[in-house]
Formats: sequence, C-alpha cells, structure tokens
Amino acid sequence: MSPPAVVRTARERGLDLIAVCDHNSAENVGAATRAARDTGLAVIGGMEICTREEVHVLGIFDDGLALSSAQQAVYQNLSGENNPEVFGEQLVMNERGEVVGHNSRLLIGATGLSLKEVVGTIHSLGGLAIAAHVDRPRFSVISQLGFVPPGLELDGAEVCSDVATTVSVVDTAQAGRLRLPEGLAVVRSSDAHRPEEIGSRCTRLLVEEPTACEVGKALRRIEGRRILV
Amino acid sequence: MNLNEIAHKLGLEVRAGGSALTTEVRGGYASDLLSDVIAHGQEGDLWVTLQAHENTVPVAILKKLAGIVLVNGREPEAETLQKARAEDIPVLVSALPAFELIGRLYALGVPGIRT
Repeated sequence: MSPPAVVRTARERGLDLIAVCDHNSAENVGAATRAARDTGLAVIGGMEICTREEVHVLGIFDDGLALSSAQQAVYQNLSGENNPEVFGEQLVMNERGEVVGHNSRLLIGATGLSLKEVVGTIHSLGGLAIAAHVDRPRFSVISQLGFVPPGLELDGAEVCSDVATTVSVVDTAQAGRLRLPEGLAVVRSSDAHRPEEIGSRCTRLLVEEPTACEVGKALRRIEGRRILV
Repeated sequence: MNLNEIAHKLGLEVRAGGSALTTEVRGGYASDLLSDVIAHGQEGDLWVTLQAHENTVPVAILKKLAGIVLVNGREPEAETLQKARAEDIPVLVSALPAFELIGRLYALGVPGIRT
C-alpha cells in the first residue's frame, strides 16, 4: 500500500476523496497527501484508533496539527514494540513510495484510552469520530460492546458491506438488526487493507469541498450537505 | 449455589449489587465480547470477563445473568459501578486470571454447559 499506488488506484476507481487511516498511526498521511497533489484526489488524514475495549474508531481531521496531537495522544497510551516477523514491517514512506522509516511501536495493539476518551479526544481536536466497520464481527463497537453506549457522541458509523446501506441514516428497521441508534449517519467504505480493496465500497456525499468539515456537515445533514444514496 | 457462597469460597470482592447476592448461579459463561454474551449467555449465568465497560450492566440485565465477575484484578469503570448499583446487578472482582477462576468455579459445580 505505497502512497502513489493508493492514490493511483483510488483515481482509477473514480474516487474523489479518501481518508488515510492507518491503525493507531498517521505517519503515512503526509506522503499520501503529497502523492495526491494535482491528481484531483483529495486526502483527509486520520487514524483508526483502537480503544481499550478493542473498538476501532476512525478519527479524521482537516488540520494536520490536530492530527499530530491525536497521534501523540495515541502513542502516549500505546505500549509494546512491533515484531516484524509476526506482524509485518510497519513502513513509513514518502510520496514516491520510498521507505523513509520503520515504525517500531506495536501499532496492532489497543490503546489504554476508553471509547469515550477516544471520541472525546477526537472532538476536542476538531475531528470527526466514526465507529469503524460496525457490520464486522471483530473490533467494532457492536462486536465488543454489544451496542453503542448511550450518550456516546459519534458523528457516524462506517459499514463495509452492502447490508444496511440503502439509507444514509439508521432507520427503525435497521436499528434493531444493527444495534445502532436510530438516526445515526451511516457511511459505506472499503476499509481497504490492500490496494485491490480500494474503492470496493464508497459513499456519495453532497458537499462543497472534500474536507472532513464538510463530511461532518453531510453526516449531520445541515446546510444542504447530505449523504446521497 | 448462590453468588454469596461462591464469593465467599473464591474470595471475590463485591463492588456492586450486594443485595442481589442470593441469586442462584445456574451456570457460567466467559467472554469479553458483549455481542457474544448477548448471543450465548443464559439466564442465571455468572459472567466471567475482563470487560469493565458500562455496557456490561445492560447486557447482564438483558440476559438475566446472575452477576458479573471481573478477573485479573480489573476494576469496573465508574459508570459501570453507577449503573450496577442503580440496577442492583452484582459486580464482583477477582485477582485471579480468568482460566484459574473458571477452573475453581467449575470445581465448585458451576457448569459451562447445562444438561
């Protein structure tokens, strides 16, 4: 998944906007953003943060400094060292896909932060908090915690299959089946871990520009922005 | 056997729901995934878990579980305690790791599969 390959594949598949969200790390966001320059593809930086309950939450940010702060918060609460033989190399690349470093942290691990703390941290830094792959049986808020804890201020939920994507918000019929709160915005995305998975699922958004801020408005269905089905 | 006897024999410390300890324990279930407990927990089960999140309490209510035991010395989160006290759901803690605690529960006659 080198940054140029990600960008090229995303463009080939007709995507206008991607969010680069490595597990517990944002160290390849800059390279992806630079690789996408002048290609027509917009890149939002983020992370897929693993909470103490082993729930994956996507935090996406327009502001690079905010993303750095979020990464700092994650790293401060992440222990262990990667074993490349077991979990693979954790490469940091530049925009040409050249390896410029190795991340030695155990990025596959869970942070010591609770789900509530992670969502709070993302929001305090101005980002969007989206519950990742809620239709998967692993590492989702639903698989780990059974249902979304009352009062948790998620901006949306991500689904990765074709189920539950006929509407842009959870309706009454889905609420029981997916165990998601009614009215929660749903985005569909690929959760791509390999180049061939990029763009296998996507969401059409009506927004002014391809930013996290605008995506947030679409999720909240305000100012004319919305998720198109 | 009720929860009070089990707590006494295995040295479990009660953190919430002390007035519900006379509940009969009919079996045991161990899982840290709440979706799994929703799917497979049975009424009267004592739930052995590492999961300290507040959602454990509504799951215990939903499945009419006898109580929740946190293992490895893990303490319930503040919200969990608050909910458990309000709903009178027993939450106990054990310093033992899950495998050891479950072995001792089994030796006391708490079954994992009910016949």
